[in-house]
Amino acid sequence: MKIVVDNVYKIFGRKEDIALALLKQGLSKDDVLAQTGCVVGVNGLSLAIEAGEIFVIMGLSGSGKSTLVRHLNRLIDPTSGEIRVDGENILTYDMPRLRDFRRHRVSMVFQGFGLLPHKSVFGNVAYGLKIRGESKATCHERAMHWIDAVGLKGYERKWPHQLSGGMRQRVGLARALAADTEILLMDEAFSALDPLIRAEMQDQLLALQRTLHKTIVFITHDLDEALRLGNRIAILRDGQLIQVGTPREILDQPADDYVNRFVQRRVG
Amino acid sequence: MFPDSLTFSIADWVNGWVDALVTHYGDLFRHLSDTLLQVIVQIEGLLRATPWWLLLIIVAGIAYHATRRLVPTIVLTGLLFLVGAVGLWDKLMQTLALMLVATLIAVVIGIPLGILCARSNRLRTVLLPLLDIMQTMPSFVYLIPVLMLFGLGKVPAIFATVIYAAPPLIRLTDLGIRQVDREVMEAVNAFGAHPWQQLFGVQLPLALPSIMAGINQTTMMALSMVVIASMIGARGLGEEVLVGIQTLNVGKGLEAGLAIVILAVVIDRITQAYGRSRYEAER
Repeated sequence: MKIVVDNVYKIFGRKEDIALALLKQGLSKDDVLAQTGCVVGVNGLSLAIEAGEIFVIMGLSGSGKSTLVRHLNRLIDPTSGEIRVDGENILTYDMPRLRDFRRHRVSMVFQGFGLLPHKSVFGNVAYGLKIRGESKATCHERAMHWIDAVGLKGYERKWPHQLSGGMRQRVGLARALAADTEILLMDEAFSALDPLIRAEMQDQLLALQRTLHKTIVFITHDLDEALRLGNRIAILRDGQLIQVGTPREILDQPADDYVNRFVQRRVG
Repeated sequence: MFPDSLTFSIADWVNGWVDALVTHYGDLFRHLSDTLLQVIVQIEGLLRATPWWLLLIIVAGIAYHATRRLVPTIVLTGLLFLVGAVGLWDKLMQTLALMLVATLIAVVIGIPLGILCARSNRLRTVLLPLLDIMQTMPSFVYLIPVLMLFGLGKVPAIFATVIYAAPPLIRLTDLGIRQVDREVMEAVNAFGAHPWQQLFGVQLPLALPSIMAGINQTTMMALSMVVIASMIGARGLGEEVLVGIQTLNVGKGLEAGLAIVILAVVIDRITQAYGRSRYEAER
């Protein structure tokens, strides 16, 4: 197992200890909010993600999926629980170790792209390489390779604001791929794009994955996207895991009404 | 009438405190004052020793580098030439030296404070009301103790100017850094950037337009202090205005006043042009 999420809770608010105790007693998210004023992001969630698979985490907004994915590179630290990558508990890392982990082992693509507006396409793609101290020649060679690979050849000297949404996200993707990490986190990476561009980007990701074999954790609220990309799909509600399975299993045996509603809407 | 039984005064307490400060630390302040004076005198000497035409060429060079346009460059240089033409060149240099030093000190104090402010909400809560006080307190109130500590002349003028002119820079640095897109910072963090790499590579460059607006405000406020500064013995254009008032020589006062305005316009245009950064200029 590449990534293991073990009984993770994340509570936002001041009285997180009390809230955690209440949750473990089995109170619901709404009850905890009413009693303590704390918002539950992730509620006792366990997952195991295999190396080389595209693992899709799906849920409606507020289901905790974006919070969960940020635990995997510790942009958010859990209130309790363990997160293991390659068997190591990443929560024990101190800041220098964590920085090293983020520089070499995990990269991320964001919904709103998160591009640096004061750097060119080239500067953005080379960013991860530059801050970890790669030589100029390496930065140049690798950045140009990935700009080419995502189909942005000739645009390397443009600024992000000169590009369309789809092209910006290609830059975001190239930036993450250039870091050459085994794990790629994609937080609603294609959700801000229009349907045609989105399908195009999905195809591109699948094509790239055929040669790259990275461990990709893909967040989406769209079942079609999940079915198209995912080797396995996890469905979240209120920070809890409802069902994990292959696209086939999700379609054929929806675990409960919530999952069934997603499936029915698609059929309808 | 407000009842006497409810009144109190902090005047004696403050007086005692300032007296003690002057008695015990007077030498230290005098020493500080002398060092600062040396710096100002050096800069002023350099500016006054530079031939007027060379200085105009330098200003033209900076103006062109900032604006990248010919017409503003010529207009700004021509305006400065006018100041020289009415016989105020020397005074202009004195004022410019004072202003440069005050702005430099304000930048050295203001930008780091602004950065710290953006990082810590607690510091911000403490500092913001303090900045309000610095900006609204009539400057003569703090000029008196500053005079007692530093004596008459350029140094207290610089101090008064810094107190008055640094707040907008602190505020705008803080604002500029806080306005950097949250997702951009998240991305930078996700790629493992060191806090220093975040500050110098992302936050400061993206806050630059705001910081330059702050420096612009600081220079403008510093210039608005020159007349008050001349009352405590700082020489330069403010002194000319003051002499104009005292001798009822309206024309002379107006000439010096216009010279201050021209200096303000020149510095304003140049700092504003630097605030428009490269990637925005291409929009």
